[in-house]
Parts: sequence; C-alpha cells; structure tokens
Amino acid sequence: MNASLTVDRDLEAFVRRDEAGRGRLELLVSGARCAACIRKIETAVAGVPGVAGARLNLTTGKLAVELAGREANPERVVETVEGLGYRACLFDPAEAVAAIDREGRELAVALGVAGFGAGNVMMFTVPAWAGLFGQELTPATLTLMYWMAAIVATPCALFAGRPFFRSAWASLKRGKANMDVPISIGVILTLIVSFSETMLRGQHAYFDAAVTLLFLLLIGRYLDHRLRANARSAARDLLALQTPVAVRLSGEAEHGVPVADIVVGDRLVVAPGDRVPVDGVVEAGRSEIDNALITGETALAPVTVGARLHAGALNLSGRLVMTATARSEDSTLAAIARLMEAGAQTRSAYVRLADKAAALYVPVVHTVAATTFIGGWALGLGPREALLRAAAVLIVTCPCALGLAAPAVQIAASSRLFRKGVLVKSGAALERLAEVDHVIFDKTGVLTEGCPRLVDAPTHLVALAAPLARASRHPLAKALAAQAGAGPVAAECVETAGQGVEGLIDGRRARLGRAAFVGVKDGDARETELWFGFEGDVKIRFVFEDQPRADASEAIARLRQMGLSVEILSGDLAGPVRDIARAVGVEDWRAGLTPFDKAAIVDDLKARGHKVLMVGDGLNDAAALARAHASMAPGAAVDAAQNAADMVFTGEALGAAPEAIDTARSARRRALQNFGFSAVYNVVAMPAAMAGLVNPFIAALAMSGSSIVVLLNAARPRLRWPGR
Amino acid sequence: MNIILFLAPASIGLGALGLLAFFWTMRSGQYDDPKGDAARILYDHLDDKPPAED
Repeated sequence: MNASLTVDRDLEAFVRRDEAGRGRLELLVSGARCAACIRKIETAVAGVPGVAGARLNLTTGKLAVELAGREANPERVVETVEGLGYRACLFDPAEAVAAIDREGRELAVALGVAGFGAGNVMMFTVPAWAGLFGQELTPATLTLMYWMAAIVATPCALFAGRPFFRSAWASLKRGKANMDVPISIGVILTLIVSFSETMLRGQHAYFDAAVTLLFLLLIGRYLDHRLRANARSAARDLLALQTPVAVRLSGEAEHGVPVADIVVGDRLVVAPGDRVPVDGVVEAGRSEIDNALITGETALAPVTVGARLHAGALNLSGRLVMTATARSEDSTLAAIARLMEAGAQTRSAYVRLADKAAALYVPVVHTVAATTFIGGWALGLGPREALLRAAAVLIVTCPCALGLAAPAVQIAASSRLFRKGVLVKSGAALERLAEVDHVIFDKTGVLTEGCPRLVDAPTHLVALAAPLARASRHPLAKALAAQAGAGPVAAECVETAGQGVEGLIDGRRARLGRAAFVGVKDGDARETELWFGFEGDVKIRFVFEDQPRADASEAIARLRQMGLSVEILSGDLAGPVRDIARAVGVEDWRAGLTPFDKAAIVDDLKARGHKVLMVGDGLNDAAALARAHASMAPGAAVDAAQNAADMVFTGEALGAAPEAIDTARSARRRALQNFGFSAVYNVVAMPAAMAGLVNPFIAALAMSGSSIVVLLNAARPRLRWPGR
Repeated sequence: MNIILFLAPASIGLGALGLLAFFWTMRSGQYDDPKGDAARILYDHLDDKPPAED
C-alpha cells in the first residue's frame, strides 16, 4: 500500500463563500486564554497563504477566518492552529449561524428600552406625584404631564414587554398560566386604565408603574438568560469534535469524504493522531487506541486486524485501514449525542421554583382583581373607580418581587461559587443541585488526576530509561520522560506502533515498551506498565498509576455528612476502580461500564425516586451528565462533558462538589424566604388596593420597595461562620 | 410654562441619544468578546476594533 499518497481533504463544505469566491470559516479553538494566545494564533493564521484575516473570540473560543480566494486551503489553517499547540476543529457554517444568541440580544434591547422608558417617564410622573400631596399643580398641568408620560411610556412598555407577551401567549395556548400571564395582563390593563383616566382628567394614572415593572422584571430575566446561554452549545461542540472528514480507500487511491457520506462497507484510512470517523473493524495495520473519551479506560488498547473501533476514539501510533460497520449517524458518538439531547429535554420539563410560585400566585391575584372590579361595581363604586381599583390590585401585587426572588439569589450564589472556582451554567441547575440526594463519581479524571504517574521507581532506573522515553510519543513514555526531566535522547530510535521504541543509549541497543517487545514473558495483564532493558541484560518494570486527587476522601466524607450517598461508576477495569474506591472510602462501585450503561443506571436511579448528581469528565460520561438531575465536570474535562454539565469546577480540589451543594441549598432557602416575603407583602397590599388606598406614588414606592427588599436579601452575606 | 414644552422634548431627545448609542454598541459587537477585548489592549498591533458584522 502506498502510504505516501497525499490526501486531498475536501474541507470546502465548511467554508461559506460569496459570489466573488471570498470565504469565511469558523474553528472552535480550545486552550487559548490570554493576549499572547490571540497574538500567536491570529498572526500565524493570517500568514497562511490565501488568508485575508483572522480573528479569535476569546470568550467563545471561535476563530473566524476570512479567505481571500479559492486557492486558500482550510486544512492549512487547521494545521497551523494545531501546530501552535491548540486543539482546533472546524465548525459547520449552519451551526455557526445558529449559535448567534438572538434571544440574549433581544432581551438586552428590551432592557435598554425599558431602562430608557423608566428613567424618562419619571420626569413627568414625579411632578404629578407632587400634585397628589396638594402641591401647586393645576389639573391642566397634571393632564399635560400624564400625556407626556404616556408618549414615553406606552411605546417603551409595548416594545419591552414583547418577550413577556409572547411567552404568556404561548403558555395560554397550552392551557397553562405561567408568570408572564399576570405580567402581560397587568401591563396592558395598567396602560388602558391610565389612558382612560388621563382622557377623563382623573387623578391617577400608572404609566410609570407599567414601564418600571417591565424594567425590574427584565433585569431578572436577562440575568437568568446569561446564566443559561453557555449551556446551549452542548450538542454542537460534541459534534464538532467528530472527525469532519474521513479518508476513503477506493482501490489504491485515497479520497477525503465528508463523514456523513460514509456507507457501511467503506474502507477507510485512519492516520496516527486522527479520530476514528465511524464504528468499524480493523482490516489492516496495528496501532494503539485511546478510548478514554469513549469508555473512560485509562489503559491504551492495542488493536490489530479484526479489532472493533468506536467512533471518536483516538488512533495513537500506527496507520490503520478499517471497514465501516455503521454510518455516521448510527455511530457511538452520535448515539451519545442523542442521549444527551434526550436528557436536555427531560431537564427542560423541570418546573422551577418561580413557576411553582406562579402557579399559586396567578389564580389568586386574578380572582382578587376580578372580585374587586365586579364587587366594587355591585357595591356602587361605578365601573370607572372599580376598574381603577382592580388595576391597582394588579400593580401593587406586581410580580416584580416574585420575578426577582429566584434569579437574584441564584446570581448571588453563582458569583459566590465563581470566586471559589465553580462555574454554574443556569439558575435551574442550582435549584436542582439543592435537591440532590445521591452522588455518582466517574473515576478517571474526577476522583483521580486523570494522567498516569510513575510510581515507586528509583531515580537511577528512571534516568537509565529516560533517553528512550524522550524519543517516544506514547503517553506512558511521556510520563516517564516528564519524571526524569530534560536530558539526552537515544540515537537511531525506531518506534514500532503499538509495541515500543528501540534505540542506542551510549552505543548499547535498548528497548522500551510492552513486555513482549522488550523480551519478557507477559505475566501481569495490566496495561499501565512499561518495560525497559538493554539487549541481553536484566529487564526493568515501570508501573504507572492514576493518583487520586489530594482531597478526594475528605470531599466524599463531607458529602456523607451532608446526608448524601456516594457511588463510583467507571468504564475502566475492575482492578484500578477497586483500588481507587478503597483509597477514597467508597463501598459502592461498578466497573467496565459503557456510556449507555452509565446513562441507564442514572435513569434507573431516577425511576426509583433518587435525585442524582453526576460528576464526570469524559465523553463516556456526557450522556449520564445530561440525564442526571444535576451534573458537574472538572475544568480538564472534554468540551462535550463540560457542556453537558450544569457546573464546571476549575480548581484541582474535589471539595468544590460539597461546596456547590451547600451553596445551592442555602440559595434555595433564601429564594424561599423571598417568596415568603412576597406573599406577606401581597397579603398587606391587596386589601389596601381593594379599599382604594393606593395612589400612583404609593404603587411606585411599594413596587420598588418590595423588589429592593428581595434584592438585599439575595445579596446579604451568609449569617454563618465559614466552615460551620 | 412654555419652557416645559421645550425642555421636555429636549431631555427625552438626550435620553433617546443614549439609547441609540447603546444600540450602536450592541450592533457593532462590542459585547461579543469581553475577555478578548480586555486582552487585546495589551498589544499595540492587535486589531483593537470589534469584528465587522456579517
């Protein structure tokens, strides 16, 4: 077979072109963190022939590249970025367009308009309030003030209220009433009553209340949206991780084809360093496969003719020819993506605290308002006064406090967690986390540090093998080289795929690799070892182990104290899992699980009424992360797991998990306090409004007053000593 | 009293100007990459303008 054939990869599918042939492509770059990264990446990519410009967005990790013409090669761009040491994958243009956050933009515009309206309407309503207290204000001036307030407030309220109107309408069509229904009815009724009062030259118009209400509510809504915005890209980034282009063999010629076009039976080439495009069977070649992303196994799997390959696995050392046994959308990775999607759907069915409160609040307030109108009219108030009082009921019982009660607390809680290195993706996540009663840990990379470390090796032996280790790209050899530090490299090194490396150290022939390769009868089946020996000399064994995180047992003990049960689910072999479980003090553990097993166990626990917190880092955990009641991933996790998780902890300490649960529980308590306060406030305000004791000034005071109380309760520091 | 008829529209106009400025900052992508913008000021030759709209 001719391995030197240059493969013409067709990446044109990822480029958006205009008529003139200028193109634009987007890459997802991971690892860029600072100004120096921006400079390195942008300068290098701009230097690729045919590239007109490049711009890296550090917040989203997207690199937008402008191509000057058709001669520019997208693959060179990917290679350039990867050559700098960042991981890069191409982003489907359709997905890139879908990723634009339209909802957030709309909310920000609505918030701006409501803020403008709320500020400027005060110019006219404050003089009007003065008139309420017998200050010098003729009726004609009062009416003029109200008209000017109407001119400012009405368009602003109608524009800024659109998100609420739309959501209220959608909810009514489903036959339910969410919080947006009373808000919409309140705002519209307030505007109508204010207009009629102004036309009839009445004393009371509530234009300011309508806009201020929306402004306060939009603050809560926008904060909540910002929390959620990151979580959206979950499935998108997982799919971007999939090898975009596969290499198909027809006869002796190699062609790049889009992964979606692969059919069962195609012969495909997987070069070292590439991910396996679809599920398949090895036809020729031998190599080592890193399944860590798929199964969580730490040991590298040697593969040879006849071995099964899973989509998404990384081919490490040798060139493989495989036969496809599944199409892209039937492959392992796509199945995991589907499981994640299903998990996200069940999660969106979760009823949030604020919506539960709304279910109680809406019928009560509307019944009271209707009773005020009908009863007031029946008792001889006249329809105009009765309607005014009904509107006053809707305004003073305004759901501002309710609308802010949960988001304000959740923003305060997540910024507190952020300072401790935990990123929370949504307010709902905090609510769910507070309810958790069972914690599942993945082993590799969560309970452990996730990279092999050499154990119990005398320094002089490490130094002996180091020259060969430095020549190898194998992860275990790299760990050995890292232990030894800088030094000489062996001469005439030859690496045999899946076996080891051979070379000359000070003129003596030596080998480093698998037991059989070095010349030892393989006794132990463990994959986490390397053998080293000079030709005809004693062979030395190096054992590698994934060490548990420093505070793992402490964190687990703390979780137990908090009344949670703990379990380990791992895709690794039973031996290493048992060792780690013993080291951190967990009795319940299961090993050798597939991603689907993990998701099924989570579903099963759910069916038995448990609320599960899943902590995992691999692709194999992504489905379970998405399906669990709440989920966490370490910062070193694959992007897909980070995206599927509700929370990401960036520090080294596993103590972040109990810390987050603790904060979530206290946030829940505080949100409930806020709801309680709103209820008490409404019990006082409603009768006052029914009795006609409320005027626009009192309404404005009550409305902002209750919102401020709720915000202050959210922001107050915890009344407990730290650590208690 | 007539002064109100002049001052009220004038002040609303000023407020509207602020609102338009806010829309402009959003349109021109000034909130798209807060982290990157903070980093870009550190190098003189880096493009210090927000990206052009699609």
